[in-house]
Parts: sequence; C-alpha cells; structure tokens
Amino acid sequence: MPSRKTSSNATNKQVPPEANGRAALADQVVTTGKDSLPADLCLHIHSIMVRTRAMEERMIKMSKSGEGYFWIGGPGEEAFNSVLGLQVKKGSGPAYDYLHFHYRNSAALVAMGMPLIDGIRQMGMTATDPHSRGRNFPGHYSCREWNVIPVSSVIEIQYTMAPGTALVQKRHGGDGITIVCGGDAGTAEGDFATCLVWSTRPGNELPILIVVENNNWGISTSACSVHGEKRIIDRGKAFGIPGDVVDGNDPVASWHAVQKAMDYCRSRRRPYMLEATVSRLYGHSSSSGALRVKNEPDCILLFEEKLLAAGILDQQMIDRVHADAQAEVDAASDQVADEPRPVPEDVYKDTYAPSKVDVVYPEDYTGLPD
Amino acid sequence: MATLVQAVRMALHYGETYLGVTDIFGEDVGPPLGGVFTATQGLKTAWNSPLDERGIIGTAMGIAYAGGRPVAEIQFCDYGFNTTDLLKVAGNQRWAGAGHFDLPLVLMMPSGSGIRGSLYHSHSFESWASRLAGWKIVMPSNPLDAYGLMLSAIVDPNPVMVLLPKALLRVRGDQRIPGEPEDDALLKEMIDAPVGDRTRWQPRWPDLKEYFVLLAQAALVREGDAATVVSYGRTLPLCAQAADELEREAGLCFDVIDLRGIFPYDWKAIRKSVLKTGRFLVVNEDTEVTNFGEHLLRRVIDEHFYDLLVRPRVLLGQHIPGIGLNQVYERNSVPQLPAIIEAIKAVATELA
Repeated sequence: MPSRKTSSNATNKQVPPEANGRAALADQVVTTGKDSLPADLCLHIHSIMVRTRAMEERMIKMSKSGEGYFWIGGPGEEAFNSVLGLQVKKGSGPAYDYLHFHYRNSAALVAMGMPLIDGIRQMGMTATDPHSRGRNFPGHYSCREWNVIPVSSVIEIQYTMAPGTALVQKRHGGDGITIVCGGDAGTAEGDFATCLVWSTRPGNELPILIVVENNNWGISTSACSVHGEKRIIDRGKAFGIPGDVVDGNDPVASWHAVQKAMDYCRSRRRPYMLEATVSRLYGHSSSSGALRVKNEPDCILLFEEKLLAAGILDQQMIDRVHADAQAEVDAASDQVADEPRPVPEDVYKDTYAPSKVDVVYPEDYTGLPD
Repeated sequence: MATLVQAVRMALHYGETYLGVTDIFGEDVGPPLGGVFTATQGLKTAWNSPLDERGIIGTAMGIAYAGGRPVAEIQFCDYGFNTTDLLKVAGNQRWAGAGHFDLPLVLMMPSGSGIRGSLYHSHSFESWASRLAGWKIVMPSNPLDAYGLMLSAIVDPNPVMVLLPKALLRVRGDQRIPGEPEDDALLKEMIDAPVGDRTRWQPRWPDLKEYFVLLAQAALVREGDAATVVSYGRTLPLCAQAADELEREAGLCFDVIDLRGIFPYDWKAIRKSVLKTGRFLVVNEDTEVTNFGEHLLRRVIDEHFYDLLVRPRVLLGQHIPGIGLNQVYERNSVPQLPAIIEAIKAVATELA
C-alpha cells in the first residue's frame, strides 16, 4: 500500500528552521501502523504540543495563585488539536475554513499561529486579551481573521451554527469547510442532532467536519454510565454521514484521519464525522481542582517515546524543547502581569456594531437610552 | 391599503432585492405555503427549514457570521423559548468576543394574543426579549411601520428581533407603503398567492421604495395633555381608540405614544410627554411578573417623581399560566378596550 500524502493541505505548516536545516532528518519518518509523517513535521507538531501544554499548565498555576480565576482547557488533547490546527485552511471569509471550537481546542489555535501570550492574556483578564478583552474564561477564543467563531461556555450550541457557515461556503464555492468541535458528553444535547439533520438536507448537504473529542467524561460523569451507544460516529449512519474513530493521542494517526476527513469535506462538499479518543489530564477544570490525572495516557509522553525510538530526538533535545516552552510562557506571563487591565469605561464596549438606523446607539451601547 | 402581513412581505422582497438579504427561512416559510401567516409568499430567497427552532437560530447565526444576511422566522414566539440560550449568545457574542464579529440577523416572530390561539399561540415575548442584551427589539402596530422597521432591522448590523402582533397581521393601515398600488384588490392580485394550486404562481411586485422607521423612534399617534399613554403592538390601536372615545365623551386629550422600539426605546419621547402631562400609564399584554412596562415605570418614578401629579401606573396581562381557548379566558387575561378606557380615564382624572 502506498504511503499516504502528508501535507497537501497543510496551510499552517510552519516547520522550524532548525528542523529544516538538519539534513539527516530529511528522509526519516515516524509511523503508526501504515501511516507515517516526515520527521521535521513531527518535530514541529511536538513543539506545538509542548508549548500548548506549558501554556495550559501556566494558566492552571494562575488559577491557583490568584492571577486568574477559573481555568478550563485542553491538556490531553494536544496531539489531535495540533494536527487539526496545522491542516486548517486559515483565513477570513467563506473561502477559508470556519472553526466552531469548544474550550479544549487551545492546541489548534497554537498550531494556527496564536502566540502563547494571547492565551495567558485571556487567563489574566487583561484589556489586551485579543479574544475577549478579559471578559471570558480561558480557552474561549474569538478571531475574525482566522474565522474562529467566538467560543461559548454553553455546551454544544456551536453545532447549531455550523450549518450556517457551511451553507454560505457551499454557495461560495471553493474548498473552504466548516469544522465544529465538541466533547462526547455534549453529544447528548439536541444540538448535536441538529447538526446531523441540517447538514444532510437532501440537495443541501453541507461541507462540515463534525468532530467529537471523546475524553470519556462530562465533568464527573463517565460516558459509559449515561451513554449506551458504542461509537458516537454510528449516529451519523442514519444520515449517510461517513466517519472514523481515531486515537487522538497519536498525532501520526490523527494527522491522517484529519486529512482524510478534510479531503472528503473539501472535495465532496458533504459532512464527515470524526471521533478522536483523547485524555483529560487535569480533570474538568479548576473547579475540580485541576490536579494532574495519572491514569490516562499523556499524548506528549507517548509521542516522545515514539520520537526517541525513531532516533529523531534524544532526551537532551526533548529537554530543550520543554525548557524553551517554559521560558516562553515565563516571559509571556511576566509581560501579562504588567499589561493594562480593563477599566470601568470598557464595560459597554463592543456591545453593538455601528448602525445608521439606530437613533440611540449609532456607534455602540452607552447605557440605558437617554 | 396593505395589511401588516403584506407590508412585511413587501419589506422582505425589498430586502432581498436591494438590501442584501440572502436567506429568509424557517418552518413552512418557503413554498408552497409561504409562512403560516403568508408573510413570506413569493420571495426568491425563502426556504423551508427542518422543524427545529434551535437549528433555525443557530443556522441564522452561522449565515450571519459568514457574511450572509438572514431573516429567520420562529413560527410563533411561543416556540422560541427553547432557543433562549442561543438568543443570549447571539446578543453577547460581539461583547464576549472583543468585537470580532458583527451578527446582522433578523428574527421575526408573531407575538401576543388575539387569534384565539390558546396556550401556545398567544404568548407575548417582549419582556423576555428585553432581557437579551445585545439585541434590538421592535414591534410595529401598523403596516407602514412594519415595512419601515423591517427595512431598518435588515440594514442594522446587529441582531434585531421583529415581534409581529398576531392580532394585527390582517389589519390594514391608513397610510400606503411607498410604491404600493392605489387599488387594494390589485395589490392582493399581485402579491397574494392563490388558494389551492400555486405551483405556477409568481408574484408581481410593486415598484417599492426605500422607507426606514429608525430604531428607537417612537410615534406620537394622539396628542393631548390629560395624560401620557405608552403602548405598542396589539394594545396600541386600542389605546388610540380609547383616547378618541374619551375625547368625545369627556373632552380629554391624551398623548398616546407608539413606542415601536422595545429596545432601544425612545426615552426622550416618554420624558417629554411626562413633563407635559405629569400623568403616566403604560399598557401592554405581556404578563405582569415581570414586565418590560415596569422598567419604564421605574424610570419614570426614578427620574420624574417630582414631575408627576398622580401615581404612575401600568395595565398589563395577568400573571397566569396561559391564555385559555374559551374567550372568557382571553378577555379576562389580557387588556381589552373597556379596561384600557377605564385605566386611561383613571390616570387622567385622579385628583392631583
């Protein structure tokens, strides 16, 4: 069986210069079963995973030190989200991918190029937080330039919005798709079914990559105690939606599963469902203590074992990647500590877009009508 | 003169032809029915959705995020309650998301009593809606305002809810829509789909003109100094009728203000009138616990207590589980003309 292509859609593939420069890596690959990825791409993915983890762990510390309040995020989902973010067709408007994320997709944003400091700014509730001006919980991203629809704490509602962006994309033409992500617990909400129904209206099938990041938990409730279905993707069968289950802790397998799913949505302009089994390494959130979970696989450790076994990294190099990531978040959190916080005058900002037909609020909200 | 529902249909035609409306959709909104109240007959961008209110709101949001201009319909506001968290997010996404995305969507919902609609075709929604910060909410009481408010809702880049008073949808106005033909029968022939087989029917749209009713601009529909009466939607024409009767019977003349905008609302118009009359009454049919009219009452008390001659008051729908089908229930649940006359007379004649 010929090896699969690895990077035809890798719009955000940003291979580090030092990796490019290592001629010895040029022909090396990392494999999972029949899937493989080139060594330089694996190093890049590894770096994203480690940097994202360092950012999340700093944010957890901030939630305990008083520099921030509530923390929620995606430690344990870095492998899947890194390769997802790297393959996004990044841009603004319907020619590019729309992203309806939930609050555990940080690695996808980092893979797309989000500076770590922006995640820390949101945790620190600064006025400079580009995603929410210090208003929203961490991991609640928003970015018009990259079609990242504002993330809400309300579980699963993003699945109702995905058909809307995908409908505009289908009419627009091209290969832009809509990607919607959520957890396994949220699939119990009717909004998941909404996405299945609205993405398969006869004659109006929509290019939506329906992702379920299955960490097996809804806060404290295990999936097996409240769900009878064996595989979530089986729910797509009734709608003719093909799907796949992938080990979301394995970036090699995940890369190919995401690529296959994206290729299907981009070319067929129809929905596809991808269920990624992932870990939840710090519990649900700071509300459950955000303590390190020891009995679930850690995608970073697993990947490092693979990279060591393949001779692509040695322990010294791994340590350097971690040290560099730590230095990056140290510098970022130092900077965030000195950045301006919101002021009372910011309370009304960005409530309304300017309107030519509104007598009271032609620019933005200014308090009760006067 | 066009009916209110014909005015909405013409506004939507104008919107999809000249103002960039890309999708008009909801349950039974597209052909063959064109809406359970006929508001969307003959429109080129109208389509039928699955029977899924949350899907309707979510999809409208997605279309708007991606640069479209949707007008979505929830068939009756009574069925919009399961969309409340989506409505909240539509209203707060810009604020929560640091102003990255505009969300130019219009949601129209028939609202209120008056069609013998029993429990689930008689709800009011404006008090619920008024709590949805980030939205703008309007409610016309006549066809020309419906046309002008709908065009404003379409061009405003924020989510705008257009609450349509069910009881007035078939009522004709006393002013023509700009471009509307002189002959009502001709208008009907041009834009109303025939009963029965309509597979080959095509509308012939009049040469309509742009006409905006600006948001938060109330209309003073009667003028006088006996008291200030604020209303909107179904109860507005009843308040005007009550004022006319009291003028004939008692020589009392009233400021009757059609608020037209629930939020933002025209506070200047209310304040100016209260300063003139010193007497204030707000009338609507939403349930009294807790009612948007109470907010207006609170502001009148807070800001004009010493300008008032008598206690300000409200006439609202009763706090009961629903409106019953037997008309005894409806007549005794929401304000009717006799009670409105009584309330207006009382606020005007109480000794200062």
